Amino acid sequence: MTKKVTRVNEATIRFAGDSGDGMQLTGTRFTEATAILGNDLKAIPNYPSEIRAPTGTLAGVSAFQLMFGSSRVFTPGDLPDTLVAMNPAALKVHLKDLKKGGSILANANAFTDKNLKMAGWESNPLEDDTLAGYTVFSIEMSKLVGIALEESDLTKKEIERTKNMFALGVLFWMYNRPLEPTEAWLKKKFAKIPSVAEANIIAMRTGFNYGETTEIFTTSYSVEKAELPKGKYRNITGNEAVTYGLVAAAQKSGKELFLGSYPITPASEILHNMSNLRNFKVKTFQAEDEIAGIASAIGAAYAGDLAVTTTSGPGMALKTESIGLAVTTELPLVIVNVQRGGPSTGMPTKMEQADLFQAIMGRNGETPVPVLAAMDPADCFECAFEAARVAMKYMTPVILLSDGYLGQGSGPWKIPNPDDIPEIEISHPDTSAAGEEGFMPYQRDEKEARPWAIPGTPGLEHRIGGLEKENITGMVSQDPENHQIMSDLRARKVRNIAKEFDPLEVYGEKQGKLLVITWGSSHGSAHVAVDRSHKAGKSVSQLHLRWLNPLPSDLKSVTDNFDELLIPEVNMGQLALLLKAELIRPIHQLNKMKGEPLRASEIETKIDEILG
Amino acid sequence: MSETTKQVETLHLTRKDFVPDNDVRWCPGCGDYSILANMQKTLPSLEVEKEKYVFVSGIGCSSRFPYYMDTYGFHGIHGRAPAIASGVKLANPDLSVWIITGDGDGLSIGGNHLIHVLRRNIDVNIMLFNNRIYGLTKGQYSPTSMLGKKTKSSPFGSIDRPFNPSAVAAGSNATFIARALDVDARGLQESIKRSQDHKGASFIEVYQNCIIFNDGEFADVENKSTRPDNALFVVHGEPMIFGKENNKGIVVDNHHPKVVELGDKWKVKDLLVHDETNMHITNLLLEMTFDPETPTPFGILRAVDQPTYDDLLHSQIDQVTELRGEGNLKDLFNSGDVWEVK
Repeated sequence: MTKKVTRVNEATIRFAGDSGDGMQLTGTRFTEATAILGNDLKAIPNYPSEIRAPTGTLAGVSAFQLMFGSSRVFTPGDLPDTLVAMNPAALKVHLKDLKKGGSILANANAFTDKNLKMAGWESNPLEDDTLAGYTVFSIEMSKLVGIALEESDLTKKEIERTKNMFALGVLFWMYNRPLEPTEAWLKKKFAKIPSVAEANIIAMRTGFNYGETTEIFTTSYSVEKAELPKGKYRNITGNEAVTYGLVAAAQKSGKELFLGSYPITPASEILHNMSNLRNFKVKTFQAEDEIAGIASAIGAAYAGDLAVTTTSGPGMALKTESIGLAVTTELPLVIVNVQRGGPSTGMPTKMEQADLFQAIMGRNGETPVPVLAAMDPADCFECAFEAARVAMKYMTPVILLSDGYLGQGSGPWKIPNPDDIPEIEISHPDTSAAGEEGFMPYQRDEKEARPWAIPGTPGLEHRIGGLEKENITGMVSQDPENHQIMSDLRARKVRNIAKEFDPLEVYGEKQGKLLVITWGSSHGSAHVAVDRSHKAGKSVSQLHLRWLNPLPSDLKSVTDNFDELLIPEVNMGQLALLLKAELIRPIHQLNKMKGEPLRASEIETKIDEILG
Repeated sequence: MSETTKQVETLHLTRKDFVPDNDVRWCPGCGDYSILANMQKTLPSLEVEKEKYVFVSGIGCSSRFPYYMDTYGFHGIHGRAPAIASGVKLANPDLSVWIITGDGDGLSIGGNHLIHVLRRNIDVNIMLFNNRIYGLTKGQYSPTSMLGKKTKSSPFGSIDRPFNPSAVAAGSNATFIARALDVDARGLQESIKRSQDHKGASFIEVYQNCIIFNDGEFADVENKSTRPDNALFVVHGEPMIFGKENNKGIVVDNHHPKVVELGDKWKVKDLLVHDETNMHITNLLLEMTFDPETPTPFGILRAVDQPTYDDLLHSQIDQVTELRGEGNLKDLFNSGDVWEVK
C-alpha cells in the first residue's frame, strides 16, 4: 500500500511525557533532524522546576515544542498540530492546547488505571469519547519495544526506556525525516555502551517501520526546505549563543574572558558552556553567591579582563548594589539576565519579560546602565557581542536581557565567519599617561569614557571605589557642584551611546494606522501576527527595539507616522509605561502573565480589536 | 647577600613610595595609624614592584585603608572585598592582592565571602582589623563584641555570642593564620612579610583599638606592663613561654591548654612546642583566645602549603589548551550538526 504524502507549509509538534520519559532529548533530536533537512524552525522546552516530581503526576510532566516550516519561522508555534503523550498526565496537561482536529500519539501501555487516576482521568480517554474530533494513534509503545528488543541484553527497565525513541521513529516517518543523524548521534552518545546505542536505534527503526507498515497511519507529511539566506547553519540555543557572542568579543578585543557566576535557572547553561572553554582562556568562577559572582567580575574588569556575570531575576536583585559600584567606578562589565517568572523565586522554568524596570531603574541613586534585549536564540549572539563591545568602548556595565524562552529555546543560526567579525579596539594607558600631576583616572576621552588603566602598569597607581569621585582626579569628593557634574556626565555618557545606533527599521509600511512595538522575545509572535494582519488588508507594521536604554533618538519620528501604537509584552506594561513617558502619547497594551510567551493569535486578535 | 636584599636594592622602594598626597582621616589615636605605618614600612622590603600591589577593601573605618596607600586600590562595597579581590587575582595572578577589612565588614555582611576566599585558598592577603565594634556607623556592637557589651544598639548588654575571627579562618580551612596587635610593630611586620611570602590565602587578624567607641578593649595585651602576662607570642618550633620573667608556659592538660609556672615541677622541655603546620596546635591556641585563664596567642598560628585556586585555574587552562589546542572561533561555531543552504 502506498501511503499518501501531504505537503504542508509548517507544522508544530509537542512532545509531552513524564520527566523521566526523555522528552527533552526526543524533542532535541527531532529538532536537529529537521534543521539538517533545511527547514526553518524554533524550538522551546517546557519542563517542571522539580528535578523529579513523582512519576505519573501532572507536576512531573515535561514537554518540548517545535515549529518548523518551509518559510521563515519566528516562534515555536502557538498550538501544536501533533501531540505526543507518553502518559495520561501528559495528555491531561497538554490536550487543551492541541489544535482542533490535531493528532495525538499516545503510549497506550502507560494508560493504566493507576496512571489514569493519578492524572485525574475518570475513565481512559483513549477508549471513551473524550478525544472525539482528534486523530488518535494509540500505540502500545512499551510492548512493541519489548518485543523488538527481546534478544537484547538490556534489562526490562532499560528496554522500557527506549520507548521515546520508538515515538521519535513514528514521528520521523510521519514527517518524512531521516533517521541517520539520530543514529549517528546515538552511536556517539553511547559509544561506551554500544548495546544501549543499538537498542535505541532498533526502537527508533521499529517506530519508523510501524508508521510505514501499519494501517492506522494513512498519511504522512512533508515540509519543504525553507528559503533561508545562503550559508552554513547550525541549531543553537540562546544560552549557547550568548556564550559564543561573549567569547567572540573576548577574542576580537584581545581580552581574556572572566565569568563570575552562581548557578540559577534558566541561566546556568551559560556557566556550563563557558566552563568548557578553558582553551579559549575563559576563566569561570563559580562564586559562593550572586553577589560574589558580580563582585569578582568587577575585580576582574579592574584588572583588565572582559568581565561577565550571568543570572536570572532573583540573582539580578542580589547584584543590584554591585551594579551601582560598576556604574560609579565606570568599569566595563556585561550582566546577562535570562529572565524568568517573578516575583521572588517565582516560576524558575517559565519565561517572563518583567525585569525591564529592574534593568533600567532598579538601583539606588541616579545610576544609568545601557540595556539591550535579544529577540531570538540566534540574536543572543549578536547582542552579547554588542553588549561586550559597548561595555569596553564606553567603560560601563551593560545589561543584556534574554529570557527562559530564548535561553533554553533554539533555532537555526547562520554561522558567521569569525574573520568577518569586526575587531574591538581596546586601549589601556601606559606609564606615559601619568602627567606631572600624576595619573587622572577620571579624565575622559571624546566619548566621555574614562581610561581603563590596569594594575601592574607602573606610574598609574590610583584608587577607585563606591564613594563619589571628583571629576578628572578621581579623588573622593562630597562637593555639591562636583556631584552635579558627575551625575550629568554619567547620564550623558550612556545617552550618547544612541548616537552610534543604526536608524530604526520598520517592518512593513513606514506610515499607517498601527505600529506594533516589540522588545525581546515578543518579536517572533508579533512578527507572525503583523504578517497575518497585513495579509488580511490591515494597515499594521512592526518596530522592534534592541536597545531599551538609551532609547534610539529616532524613536519619536518613526512612531509619529502611525495613528496608534501597540506594545505586546509578557509583563504588566513596562515598556509601554516607559514609552508613554518618552513619547507622551497613549499606547495600547497587550499584557499576559502566564509564564509563557504571547501567542501570535493573541496579538492578532488585539490588532483586530484596535483596528476594528 | 640574600636574594631578597638583592631584589630590594634593584627596586629602590622606600616607605615614602607608598604614602600618597592625601590626608589620612582616621580619628586621632586610632589603632589604624600604626597598622598603616607598618604596612608602608614593610612593603619596600618585599620582592614586589610597587605597581603590582592592589589593596581592596569593603566599607568601614578600616576599609578607607586603600586611599592611604599609594598603590592600586579599590574601595569596594560593604563585605564584598574578598569577592572583588578574587576577581583581581584570577584576572592577573602576577599581582599582590591585599584585602583590608574589619570585624563588621569581614564577619557580618561579608562573612560568606571571607570563608570562601579562605576555603578556595586564592593567593591573596587578608588583614582583618578587629576592634570589636562598629566604628563608622558610630558605635553599635559587632559580631566580635563580647557578650554583655553595652553599645548604642545594645544598651542592656549584647546578647550576641561573638566570633573568634582566627577560629573562623581555621574553620574555613585557611592555610595561613596570624594574629597581631596594632601597637606591636614587630609582630605586624612579621605577619605582613610572612603573609606576602605565603602562597595561598593569608589571614591576619589585627587587634585594633577604637579610641572613640571601644577604647581599652584590648588593654590587657596593649599595655606594655600587663602584656607579658596576658599575651603569648608563638614562634614555630619554639616552646610556648610567656610572662614578665619568662616564667610561664603552656602545657596540654586533658586535651586542653593550661598555664604552668616554670620551676621545679615544670621544665621548658615539658611545654607545648609551637608547630604552625599542625592543626591541633592551632586549635589549642584558638581555644585560648576567650579563656580568661590563658594568655591570648599572637604570631603565626598556622601556615601550611596547599594548592592555590589561582594556580589550579591557570594550570587547568594550560592543560586543556595543550589537550585541545588553542581555542578557535571557527571550530567552536561549527561544532555540532552543521548544514549548508546553497
